[in-house]
Amino acid sequence: MTDSDTLATATLRAPSAPDMLLSREHPLCPGCGHPVSIRLVLETIEELQLQQRTIGVFGHGCSALMITHLDVDMNLSLHGRAPATATGIKRMRPDRFVFTMQGDGDMINEGLAEIMHAAARGENITCLLLNNGVFGDTGGQMTAGTVIGQRSTSTLDGRNAEQHGYPIALSKILAGMDGVSFVARTTVSDAAGVSRTKRLLKRAFEHQLAGHGFSLVEILTMCPTGWVTAASEGPGYLGETLGHESEFGVLRDTWDPAAAGAAGSE
Amino acid sequence: MSTVTKPTKSLCSGSEAIARSAMAAGLRFYAGYPMAPSTDILETFTRELAHADGVCINVETEIEGVNMALGAAMTGFRAATGSTGQGVALMQEAIAEAGLHETPLVVFTVGRMQQDYFQSTRGGGWGDYRTICMAPKDVPEAVELTQLLFHLTDKYRVPGILLTDGILARTQVSVDLSPIEFEPLPEKTWALDGAGTGTGHSKSYWTFAGGKANNPGLGPQTHWVNLAEKFEVIARNEPRWEEVHTEGAETLIVAFGTAAAFVEHVVRDLNAEGVRVGMFRPITLWPFPGDQLEAAAESAKAIGVFELNAGQMIDDVKLNVPNRKLVRPIGGISVDDSGINIGELLDAPAVRARIELLIEEMTQ
Repeated sequence: MTDSDTLATATLRAPSAPDMLLSREHPLCPGCGHPVSIRLVLETIEELQLQQRTIGVFGHGCSALMITHLDVDMNLSLHGRAPATATGIKRMRPDRFVFTMQGDGDMINEGLAEIMHAAARGENITCLLLNNGVFGDTGGQMTAGTVIGQRSTSTLDGRNAEQHGYPIALSKILAGMDGVSFVARTTVSDAAGVSRTKRLLKRAFEHQLAGHGFSLVEILTMCPTGWVTAASEGPGYLGETLGHESEFGVLRDTWDPAAAGAAGSE
Repeated sequence: MSTVTKPTKSLCSGSEAIARSAMAAGLRFYAGYPMAPSTDILETFTRELAHADGVCINVETEIEGVNMALGAAMTGFRAATGSTGQGVALMQEAIAEAGLHETPLVVFTVGRMQQDYFQSTRGGGWGDYRTICMAPKDVPEAVELTQLLFHLTDKYRVPGILLTDGILARTQVSVDLSPIEFEPLPEKTWALDGAGTGTGHSKSYWTFAGGKANNPGLGPQTHWVNLAEKFEVIARNEPRWEEVHTEGAETLIVAFGTAAAFVEHVVRDLNAEGVRVGMFRPITLWPFPGDQLEAAAESAKAIGVFELNAGQMIDDVKLNVPNRKLVRPIGGISVDDSGINIGELLDAPAVRARIELLIEEMTQ
């Protein structure tokens, strides 16, 4: 991608798009990692033939800007509350596939209680964390997921522990909790990461479909706008910051304990 | 609203009666967080809702409880949450959400005195929303209004609050808990059930009514104007109230909930003694029966508002009577040392003394 691309209308450029994507133009910034993540979610729903039985609950943030584009029965939940809303839905419709899609501001800041309690209850839902370490929707301020050294509009010289405290590594915490069936971390900053993300999403969905309980996939996404970086430099910056801090792959899998760590390198 | 006495069937507390009446109305989901004096409702559902093919969750926070109930209600099943005023304070954001994306959410508020009138009738969420609020005077009426509230919140797709207090919640009464018949309601075609996913006709539930790229919604401007018009319809059609000896009354007492039961007792005694005093009782606190109060206050030379708070409903009374200068607060804050239980003002002799003082001042 060149700098001139950043001026063009953002479009999903894949040769084919999932049937459940209602429009190929989208309102997110060039270089954003959310569209490909959302595309992978739709593809997974289609491949597992979950049409006509899927309900999505969306948090507030950039991913919510895509909700008009997705052919999914859904609720735009209150900020941070998606796991609670999804719990009410799933308890009344246990035969449906129920997922949440939330950013780090939504899940780790506003909704920390909701995600932790849903996980501890072993609620049979799948939560997707699209983590770029900033409040992208409001222009790139620090979240509770911003890693040390990461730039945001409220940490222009990078987050430092003395001034801003430490980030919460949510997936690592959840991976140690009873009640959690599956946790994985991945990234969409390169082709291998996209391919791995697809496989991990499928695995997480299967946990719910088998009734195994709570599953979560954390997907690291680029936010060049919030990071004050060129769109083309987003994947590299992600690797130096959020990606540098992260372990990728399966962090917990109670169905297949040997899987944990196995997907980490490819 | 009549409180026709039907053949009594079971002795239970007000809390048990409300929970069982909700189950008779078809409630299938309850999420609650313990706080006195609302805890007995949660415990009743904990024991009994699973036997009624339902789910009760003892939630980790009130905020999660109300959002779970919101999710459950979105699927078309009858759902509720509840707490005391302090807990419902935490739920305001989600109650507003229910109003703005048209989800029939029911909340049982069991207050400690009557300090939750503002919270229940105004609310603390964002946006132009309203909440139907019903305040029964006793347990049999609570049974009836619980079922009516589920009916009306479904009919209009709005949030609703049943506002009671610790006295009503703990009073043991024999009540009839059979389902009450209401007019039939249309099928819930709006229910979120996942069946639309991948069909090109998926549903979207959000306060801006944005719809989908292939099927745009009304958008916030039109949606919010429509909602405001719906709330006006409810304000016209759904006020409920009770009048006791209001015709020709020179003194009118306005009271709600349990306090009104005490006022009613005193008003009947005074009339038997030849004192021309009446009582007007709003049963729905929103919509407030303002036109009806205006008519009932026509002959009054003094209007006393007896409520167990520093003066909340009195604002609505002043807005609606012909002459607001005749309105006096005759209740007040009355609580025991625990801060949880209603204090000594809620006693027939104390209520009578307040009313007699008002009459005395009026004749001076």
